[in-house]
Parts: sequence; C-alpha cells; structure tokens
Amino acid sequence: MKRRKLDPAEATANFAKGVDDRFQVATPLRALLNKVFPDHWSFLLGEIALFSFIVLLLSGVFLTLFFDPSMKEVAYHGAYPALRGTEMSAAYESSLRLSFEVRGGLFMRQMHHWAALLFMASIVVHMARVFFTGAFRKPREINWVIGVLLFLLGFFAGFTGYSLPDDGLSGTGLRIASAIMLSLPVIGTWLSASIFGGEYPGELIIGRFYIAHVLLIPGILLALISVHLGIVFKQKHTQWPGPLRTNENVVGERMFPRYAMKQGGFFMAVFGVIALMAGLFQINPIWLFGPYRAAEVSSASQPDWYVMFMDGLVRLMPNWQIYFGPYSLPPLFWPAVVGLGALFTLPMLYPWLEARKLNDTRSHHLLERPRDNPERVGIGMMALTFFVVATISGANDVIADKFHISLNAMTWAGRIGLLILPPLAYYFSVRICLGLQQHDREVLAHGVETGIIRRLPNGAFIEVHQPLGPIDDHGHPVPLEYAGWVVPKKMNKLGALAPTVKGFFFPVEKPAEAPVSPAPISTSGTREEISSKS
Amino acid sequence: MTTVHHGETGAPVDVHDPKLTRFDIVKEGLRRDDIEIVTYESQFPGPNSKAEKRIVRNIAFLFIIAGLFSLAFLVFYIVWPWKFELGHTLSDYFTPILGITLGIALFALGIGILAWAKKLLPHELSIQQRHGDPSSDEERLITGQTMMFVADELGVQRRPLLKGAIALGLAPIGLAAAAPLVGGLIENPHKGEEPMMYRTGFDPVANGGKPVRLTRDDGSPIRPEDVSAGGQMTVYPGIPGGATNKYADSPTLLIHLRADDAEKTRTAADNDKNGRNKGSMWGNYVAYSKICTHAGCPASLYEQQTNRLLCPCHQSQFLITDNAQPVFGPATRRLPMLPLSVDDEGFFVATSDFKDTVGPDFWERP
Repeated sequence: MKRRKLDPAEATANFAKGVDDRFQVATPLRALLNKVFPDHWSFLLGEIALFSFIVLLLSGVFLTLFFDPSMKEVAYHGAYPALRGTEMSAAYESSLRLSFEVRGGLFMRQMHHWAALLFMASIVVHMARVFFTGAFRKPREINWVIGVLLFLLGFFAGFTGYSLPDDGLSGTGLRIASAIMLSLPVIGTWLSASIFGGEYPGELIIGRFYIAHVLLIPGILLALISVHLGIVFKQKHTQWPGPLRTNENVVGERMFPRYAMKQGGFFMAVFGVIALMAGLFQINPIWLFGPYRAAEVSSASQPDWYVMFMDGLVRLMPNWQIYFGPYSLPPLFWPAVVGLGALFTLPMLYPWLEARKLNDTRSHHLLERPRDNPERVGIGMMALTFFVVATISGANDVIADKFHISLNAMTWAGRIGLLILPPLAYYFSVRICLGLQQHDREVLAHGVETGIIRRLPNGAFIEVHQPLGPIDDHGHPVPLEYAGWVVPKKMNKLGALAPTVKGFFFPVEKPAEAPVSPAPISTSGTREEISSKS
Repeated sequence: MTTVHHGETGAPVDVHDPKLTRFDIVKEGLRRDDIEIVTYESQFPGPNSKAEKRIVRNIAFLFIIAGLFSLAFLVFYIVWPWKFELGHTLSDYFTPILGITLGIALFALGIGILAWAKKLLPHELSIQQRHGDPSSDEERLITGQTMMFVADELGVQRRPLLKGAIALGLAPIGLAAAAPLVGGLIENPHKGEEPMMYRTGFDPVANGGKPVRLTRDDGSPIRPEDVSAGGQMTVYPGIPGGATNKYADSPTLLIHLRADDAEKTRTAADNDKNGRNKGSMWGNYVAYSKICTHAGCPASLYEQQTNRLLCPCHQSQFLITDNAQPVFGPATRRLPMLPLSVDDEGFFVATSDFKDTVGPDFWERP
C-alpha cells in the first residue's frame, strides 16, 4: 500500500478548514487582519501602561509565591545581619527573605515596583495626551471616564501594594490612611475600626490589603482595561487631521503585520527598560527602614510619586478645624477626602461640561491640535500645575534639606503657589496657544520666510516669502484655509533641502541631488509632504 | 514595488481567477472590509538594494545580541554568587547583572522587531471607512419596541400586586446578600466601658489599678537621672507588650528640660485653660504623647534650640514650652501631656492616662 506523503501546506489548509467549519472565523479573522490603525507616536503612550500592567501581573504572581501576608510577630533569623533577632511581622520577614534568600527575588521585587511607577506615569501622560488633543470628546466620553477610574484603581493598587511589606515606611503610610478615614465626619471612627478590624493597627490589615492587592483591585483593573481596549477597538482610534483624513475614515496601516509588529517590538522595548531599571536602580530598600513600629519614623518619609500630590496637599492645608457643637471636622478631611474626590470627579465630568459649554453634540474622530482650543489647554495646564505644586510639596522637607531652605518657607511657598500658579499657567498657556494660532495664520497668508533679503529700488529691504498656495494677479499669495494640521514654517519642510542621507560613516547610497536654490513649490498638495510619512 | 492609485479598486473580482496574484486577493478582501490601500511601496529602489541588505544585517545583529544576552542572563543567573553576604562581595552585583543582561536582551529584541516593521516592510497607507453612524431610526424603533414588548410580556405594569411584591417582598433579598459581606467587617469603635479610642497603655485600669511605669522599648524602667538635661527619650507603658504595635497610641516623649525652659513650661501648664495639664510635670521633666494629633505619625524630631517638636510626615510643629500647642503646619490640636511622678523605687510612673485624646482627630472626639 502506498503511504500518502504528508503535505504541510495541505495539512494546514485542512486544519484551517476544520476550525472554520466549527467556529466560522474566516470573515471576522480577515476583518481583524485588515483593520486599519492610524499611527502617531503619541498614540503609544497608553500602550506603555498596558505593557507595564502585563509586567506587573507576571512579576506579581512570582512575588505571591514567597510573600506571607501575616502580622504574626516572629523573630528574624535570616541572611541580613543588621536585623537578626529583631521582632517583626511575618509579612516583613517574608519580604526580607524574598529580597535576600530567593534567587533573583530582589530583581523581581524591584521590577514589580518600577513597573508600578511606570504604569502610573504612563497613565498620567496618556491622559494628558487624550485631554489636550480633545480625544475624550463624543463618542469617547465613557472611555475617558474608565481611564480616570483606571488611574484611581492604580492609585489604590499602588498604595495597598507598598503597604504589604509592613516596613517602617509603609506602616507610617497606613497610619496616615487610618487618620484620613478617621477625619470623615460621623462615620470616620466606624470606618477605620471596620477596615483595621479594631483599633489601629490591629492584626488584620495586611491580610486584608493583600487580598485587595492581588485579587480585587487587579481583577477590576483587568476588567476595566479590557473594556477600555474593547471600546477603542469598536469605536476605532482617533486620528490627526491631514490629507485624505476625514471624520468618517481611518487613515493608517493595517493591523497585520506592520502595526502588530510595532506593538510587539514596543512591548519588548518597554519590558527591557523596566528590566534595566529593576537591575540598576534600587527602589524601596525595606531592610533599611526596619520593621514598622508606631514610635519610629525618619524624615524624608515620602510615598510613591503618584501619592505625593495628596501628601503635599495634606502638608499645605492650614490647620482649620470646623466645630459643630461637640463635634468637629479635622483639617485633614479637606485635602485628603474632598481633594482626592475632586481630583477624580472633576476630570470625569469634563467631557460633558465642555460639550455643554460649546453646545457640541457631534461625534469627533479627528483630533484637535492643542493650540486650536486654548481654553481647554488653559484648564489642563491649570490642573497639571496644581498637581505638580502639590507633588513637589509632598517632598518639601527633602527639598528644604537638600537646598538649605527653611521648611516653613517651603510650606508657605507651596500654599501660595497652589493658589497663584494655576491661574498664571492658565493665562500663559492660553496666550501661547493664541500666539501659535496667529503664527500659523501668518504663514498661511504670506508664505514661509526664505531668509532671502531683497533690496528694493527705493532702497528698502524686504524678506522674500515663499507662498504655500497659489498667487493672485499681483503676485500676492492667496490666503489658505487652516486645515487643523501642521503648517510648514521652514523652507526645508518644503523640499528646499534633499532628504537625509542614509548611512553612519559614509552614505550607503548616492544621495539625491539637492536643489541649489529653493525649488518652486507646486501649488497643490503642499501638505501631503508632511503627513504621509509616519 | 507596487503603487495602487486612488480609486483603482472598486469592482469585485473573481478570487478563483488563476491569473490573480496573492496581493490581488488581499485587495479583494480589503475591498470587502471597506478598506482602500492607497500607497503600498517598497522602501528600497530595487530588489537587491544595498540599503535593504544593510538593514537586514542590522536586524539580524540585534536578534543575535538579544539571544546572546539572554544566554548571558541564564548563565549569570545560575553561576553568579547571589546569596547576600555582609560587606562588599560579588553577590552585590547579582541584581544589576540580571537587569543589564535581561534589559539589553529584551531591548535589542524590541528594537529589532521595530526596525523590521519600520525599515523593512513596505510603506503603506490604507483608508478604512469608520461606519460610526448610529443605527437607523427604524432599527432603533424596532429594538425599542422589542424591549417594551418584553415588559408587556412580563406584565408588571398590568399587575400591581406583583409590582408591590417586588418592591416590598424582594428588596430584602439584596440586603440579605449584602449583610454578611459588610456586617462581619463592622466594628464598634466605642464598645466597652473604656473605649479603645480614648485609652492608651498608660491607663492604670489595665495594670490592676497601679500607676504604669515608663519604660524603654526593652521594658526596663527609667530613673530621672537616665535623661540628661536638654535630652529626650521615647518611652512606652511598662506593661506586657507595651512597646509593641498593640499599643500604637502609647509611645511618649519624655523630655528633661533645662531649668529656665522648665519654668516656662510649668507656668504654661499650670495656667492651662481647661486645667488638664496642671501639675503634670515632675521636676524639670515633661512627657508628651509622641503620636501627632494631625495624622498619627510619631512627632519625633526634637529641636533643642527652639523647643519645638516637628512631625516629619506633614511638618506640624509643637511648642514644648507651651503645652505642646501647634505653632506651624496642619495640626490643630496640642499633643496630650502625660502626668508624671516617681514611685517608691525611684522610677518614672504615669499617675494617670493622658487626659486629652491621643492621636489623629475625629468627628466625635470629646
């Protein structure tokens, strides 16, 4: 009997047929392979958050295999001599063991912590991109709200996470968290007692934070991230305006292979950077802080950077206590509860507030250059300035110490700065936006400055401008309409210079001949030049 | 090198036509997905361009780097001494080596893939229609009516008894489900005769009615001469576990003031408005709760020159010579003073618990 040779191509085809018989995937799969994504570097900021989250999940699972979330008191007998014989909680002891007695444990711990910082940082930068370009407008308001919730969840994930080792620094953070709960009117003491299982610190909080940190919060994060990406996929990504680009289409490249490869490569690069940071930069050296003891704290007790704004606000708050007969409202309530609440609810509402003010009910798929909406930029800069002043104030003791400034002066500078700088930031950013708009209009009306000075018969000097569009009968440029996209402002953007020569030490290929003088510009399609390159 | 010009695609083609190239079939798929491929051209002038070969070489080099550094990572992970030892040893470099090797491996891999996508693959410009239009009015109407029909089928509107039964009868089900989840967590902060919020380890009640001694963190009692003038010491209640976190509100700062400061402090304490601090000092010694009244950090930085206590968390400052009143920062309330005395054996004791509530402020604080 003749044995049939196995033909790999045919086997693959048969397998694919079998899959389609059962799941009918051919059409949706083709649509997925063909899906077009617009491309711009700023669209990749959110990806950094996604990739950091994947690193967080991977390294976090490793850490749980060694961490013991218990507050039982044990005596330390591990590898680190300075703490031998010290009484500490099992949580702190296992964190030390993870750092010193597990091969690569410290590396994984530092990777987890750096990935968390990068996660939050990329969320903030991504949010700024979305905000300043108006990507949150209809139909994407819900995704913006989910994004704000992701920051909030990341905030709590980070806080519960760095509280777990139960070291000297994190215990102080817990104590402040308990004080913040206590500051809530009426229910404060009940809330704190319920969460800590009695009087602070009790013996339950690490176990409770642990389950929140490894199950509840990541579970919700994962669900919200999936919805976030699902909505982006369904609604299709926004794009910058430009040639061929309209509100009804997506101009870019297909998902496979180019876009997917870029994503994969970017993931590896981000992962590599996190690994480098984890190996080279020490973070949270818990063995230096010692176990948490209620009586001990050192100066320079700073939380992770994304919590510092809140700590800064708490530091700057004047000691205004409000009394209601026998009851009172501590000043801590305003920055920590009202402040945090406002910092999350106001951004969430912003898309609707802006739409209402502009009376805008249309769907927007084209982004706005920040300069084209000065009000929004002003508000965003105001919020960012507030955040930055608060964050810097969260480290005001360190700054006072390093720069030999009076600590009280730093506090006052923060208090005044928090009130004065945001409005200033608003004013200046609005003016800058208007100036940039004006410059764009000038170039569209008169053309690009060539740097060529001409002397007129009457002796006057003028600079020759290269018009971007057609000219009228008198040789004056016909003003062009602003198209919401980059206006070329230099002659080499118009092809006055040859493209870059490729090669490191010597050109790999003969460069194209550079035009000797500014080449006359064709009257149509001047802006195609810029946007077809990604 | 293929350039597809605007509007060239449009009519459907027969995909079984043997003359079609694979790219033609792809284009037919794109057409069906409402995608137009506007530009699709190689980045290189010809099939054998020098530039292309150079880029291919570079990418291959990056992949080989990635592989070599991954191997290096593995080798170092296995053979490098990693156990922590005191002093300057090779094991100090274990984590940095892991970071450098793994970081370079992943980074090179990433850059290689990116270079492949950006430098090697043809330039492409595709346009896909969004189809972001809302559903047609007709569709909306049909779906809306279908949903209303579901309500009709259930007939809740027509059957008021069911409506009432749902509201009154079934509402407790939700509460019943929530109750054990939330109820188990709730703790009454005010339970007991001596609620925990208002008591510290210095309360004589927990010590069988005897005044509680001030001790160091190892439990040894303190004589007045143990603290030199101008010096200070953190003290804990002299009861079992008094220095542990079980008594997180108890840490206290015992200060031996210089004579002139002590005089000022005593005058201020004796003229205390609510009289709580009156007679609480012993000689030139005064003891204040170390737990900041703002957010509960230990206010542990003692500035000898200005007689201020500074909390390092939020920089509240308390003036020792004036009943530890807050003089700067976010704290509103003074640090409670512990009434001091010395027992028969010459050790410091607290004659009673703190008379003000210790720790961060809250709504119902007396």
